[in-house]
Amino acid sequence: MKYLDEYRNPGKVKTLLREIASITTRNWVIMEICGGQTHAFLHHGLDAMLPPQIELVHGPGCPVCVTPLEQIDKAIAIASRPDVIFTSYGDMLRVPGSTKDLFSVRAGGGDVHVVYSPLEAVQTAEGNPDKQVVFFAIGFETTAPANAMAVLQARNKHIKNFSVLVSHVRVPPAMEAILGSKSNRVQGFLAAGHVCAVMGFHEYPPIAEKYHVPIVVTGFEPIDLLNGMVSAVKQLEAGRAEAENQYQRAVKFEGNESAQRTIRSVFESVDRKWRGIGIIPQSGWGLNPDFAEFDAENRFDVGNIFTQESPLCIAGEILQGLKRPLQCAAFGRQCTQQTPLGAPMVSAEGACAAYYKYHRDVVYE
Amino acid sequence: MNEFDFEGYTCPVPLRPNETVILGHGSGGTLSRDLLRRLFLPELGKAAPRALDDSAVVEIDGQRFALTTDSHVVSPLFFPGGDIGRLAICGTVNDLAMVGAKPIALTCGFVLEEGLPFETLQRVAASMQAAAQEAGVYIAAGDTKVVQKGGADQLFINTSGIGKIADGVNISGANAKEGDVVIVSGTIGDHGIAVLSAREDLGFETMLESDVAPLNHLVEAMLAAGEVHVLRDPTRGGLATSLVEISEQSNVTIEIEEQTLPFKPAVKAACEMLGFDPLWIANEGKLVAFVKESDAEKVLDAMKKTKYGGGAAMIGKVMGVRKSQVRLKTAIGGTRLVDMLPGEMLPRIC
Repeated sequence: MKYLDEYRNPGKVKTLLREIASITTRNWVIMEICGGQTHAFLHHGLDAMLPPQIELVHGPGCPVCVTPLEQIDKAIAIASRPDVIFTSYGDMLRVPGSTKDLFSVRAGGGDVHVVYSPLEAVQTAEGNPDKQVVFFAIGFETTAPANAMAVLQARNKHIKNFSVLVSHVRVPPAMEAILGSKSNRVQGFLAAGHVCAVMGFHEYPPIAEKYHVPIVVTGFEPIDLLNGMVSAVKQLEAGRAEAENQYQRAVKFEGNESAQRTIRSVFESVDRKWRGIGIIPQSGWGLNPDFAEFDAENRFDVGNIFTQESPLCIAGEILQGLKRPLQCAAFGRQCTQQTPLGAPMVSAEGACAAYYKYHRDVVYE
Repeated sequence: MNEFDFEGYTCPVPLRPNETVILGHGSGGTLSRDLLRRLFLPELGKAAPRALDDSAVVEIDGQRFALTTDSHVVSPLFFPGGDIGRLAICGTVNDLAMVGAKPIALTCGFVLEEGLPFETLQRVAASMQAAAQEAGVYIAAGDTKVVQKGGADQLFINTSGIGKIADGVNISGANAKEGDVVIVSGTIGDHGIAVLSAREDLGFETMLESDVAPLNHLVEAMLAAGEVHVLRDPTRGGLATSLVEISEQSNVTIEIEEQTLPFKPAVKAACEMLGFDPLWIANEGKLVAFVKESDAEKVLDAMKKTKYGGGAAMIGKVMGVRKSQVRLKTAIGGTRLVDMLPGEMLPRIC
């Protein structure tokens, strides 16, 4: 744990908090894009240690939260077929579709497996030639290389009973959508370090310049988050708006070019619907035509699934940083981890789940 | 990009309450509690406070006995540091010990899947006998059923137990008092991560062993050393779930300190990697105790002299606030809530 403990040093945390307090002269709204960062802030109790002038808002960077309802309904329809072994990362199993979740499909006899890597799903396909094996390929740029690799491996091994249900999303178009919205309040970004470890941050300087907003690439430990905050506040106070890297131990400007090549060899940029937000142009990846044979949506008849979101929860506003979970009237009352109204309450990386787990006392005090 | 209008976009319909049992109902966390409170307790009898303790306490002719039952369905049957047989004996012995009882006798019921090798069953039976001997209990009765291939996963074991509670001993989750010191008997989460590593073949370099062990002798030493108010073995749902349950039963605020929590580095690292909260990971040979403040040092010293209490540590205290809540002071100086395990623990995506 030495590699982590040095980034959780209480003395260094205090020094950085003092520095943030000393340089902050005005109110600032700063968004951390990634759900992992939201949870890290709350898990360590860091959110409450920041100066009151800094309003932390939580971005749409939770892959589970933003996977649209119809994709989940498609997953449920496919997983319910007797000829299918449906494989997924664990988080997705609890997310509500229109009428049920993947756990309920499993309880009803569906063959639903949790995997730790998409390559396990390919192995499952190899070992079960009489079944169709489907992998639910969701997530941001972090999961895309491994998911692309699984498709490549399936092609190289001539595996015909493997396919992927794709719902990949990309961070930069979402940032632009938030900044370009007339209701935007975000003045600075902490960018997701693990996304940048794959993609680099060469896409960020033009966004910082166009919308005049500082973007600081930040890691996930308390010292990382506070270093990112120091940089963001310094820029805001000085009227600067640049893309900066505070996660140099993991992130290079150009990113991991080999991983990017793998992604681009299998996926192409497509318009993508985000749950709670809507369609954001060119914000996702879909299989390119060369790999259409591995597309579960082509293999199974799920093209006619359309769903209607209910206006019962404010997840859309939460995901854009317009409101915080504790400002939701349903939070901790009608909406709990056992009875989620929206995906941000379900996912391990959801902002509402983070507040429910670490701070729901605030509602009742 | 053109200006993007987010107006009108909202998020999903509520998921209806589960109408069927899902795996999370067996996780030991919130879903398990809901099943108990909404379905079993109203159907099977009026809920008594002790129904939420590890064992029931029954009085016969002025003498108090502890009574408990537990079923074991672990996969794989054999894991580093233990097996389903040792687990079955220790789990029931520990449930009896957690109300301060001296375990006397156990029963065991086996559900066997057609095709189970005799050799497997023999190994399990030998392990059960060894664990019973270590705890000083005897297996008084048993039952065997065989189901068709596919009707069970190799082998399920149910164990029931009875124990005697000495005069003057009064231990319950409802007995936590302001000022009580919270003590755990050793490192947390070893069993859950050891079983997970064996089941999922995660390939961790460090071989973790389960902590599965009978804790009745440890409890005897504790009761002889000082005034103990609450005992619980934090099995499914982990330490966090046990503490939240105790805070609710006793209506108290419990504050624990992250820096004092004993974890093996391999457990902490595995949890970091998988996105698990180590406070939610199962234990099978650890207990958490709430001890009268003035007796805490004596009880801790007594624990450290026993076979299974060597790693005992004080981790927190009961605050002077009548509100059921568990708070954690983080290592970097922050404060947050500690919650029950919501359902099945799921590895994170990225």
